[in-house]
Amino acid sequence: MKMELIQPFINAADAVLAPGLKSPMFVGHLSMEEEAYRRKGVAALVWLTGDIEGRIIFDLDSATAGRVASRFAGSELPESDGLVPEAVCELANQVIGNAVATLNDQGFHFRVHPPALLTSEHGSRSTEDTEAMVLCFETASGNIFMNIALRYKVQQAKAVAK
Amino acid sequence: MDQFVPVRRSKDGQPVRYLIVDDSVFARKNLARIIESFGGQVAGEAGDGLAAIAEYTRTSPDIVLMDITMPQMEGIEAAEKIVQQHPEARIVMVSSVGYQENIVAALQRGARHFVQKPVKPEVLYEVIKYVLGDDGAVTNAAGAGA
Repeated sequence: MKMELIQPFINAADAVLAPGLKSPMFVGHLSMEEEAYRRKGVAALVWLTGDIEGRIIFDLDSATAGRVASRFAGSELPESDGLVPEAVCELANQVIGNAVATLNDQGFHFRVHPPALLTSEHGSRSTEDTEAMVLCFETASGNIFMNIALRYKVQQAKAVAK
Repeated sequence: MDQFVPVRRSKDGQPVRYLIVDDSVFARKNLARIIESFGGQVAGEAGDGLAAIAEYTRTSPDIVLMDITMPQMEGIEAAEKIVQQHPEARIVMVSSVGYQENIVAALQRGARHFVQKPVKPEVLYEVIKYVLGDDGAVTNAAGAGA
């Protein structure tokens, strides 16, 4: 996966998370996912279709999800509160939406689908044309993971190759 | 959260009534908190564009805050349909997908303004005042500005 696809997600995560959590955010571990996706806790899944296709999973362990949701809600939410997964979905929507806005202004056209709460424990493995990259954002509230598996559609890939 | 000098309706000094449209309950709660800090009142909520059209007719809000990416019917289409039925509708799009194409499409189809998520209350406050124009009054006293 090209860095031009990843950088907007890093910038968007910083723009959304740092002010919302009122603390700096650092990009920690960056890795290619070798194994099938395994959910860490509360996870939101967003599909993209268009010039670039694939899925992004926004994933936090339960305790981190509770802390992050509380910060964004402006009041303490227990981990079990129904608003916690809602908050994770909305944060995914904001980070991915901001990244997509940047990519769109760069000439890539695609559609973002509404986030859905991911309930299955596992996902499929990366494939040759859809490698998954895992970004870890370190925050004072805990680590937030973004698992990004995107690919250029055929026409776009041809244009890029020319 | 910061408190703002309340924005009221000029005609009767009553709180501005908002319809909040977003598929995320969390986003709707956050927006409700923000508009209450402006002295506003939630007239209704909807989780998708289709429900928004029905809620607009039922509640006749002063302002609609409308997300774009939603199931059933997206926000831009819903905004267009509301404005077709109610040309006076004041719709502010509130979305994270704030790219030029979307903003232009929303404005061409009837939205009055666009606010990028995450919402900064001070930005939304200024947009609300701008969109209300002479129909809104910034005042500390209830009933003043009528």
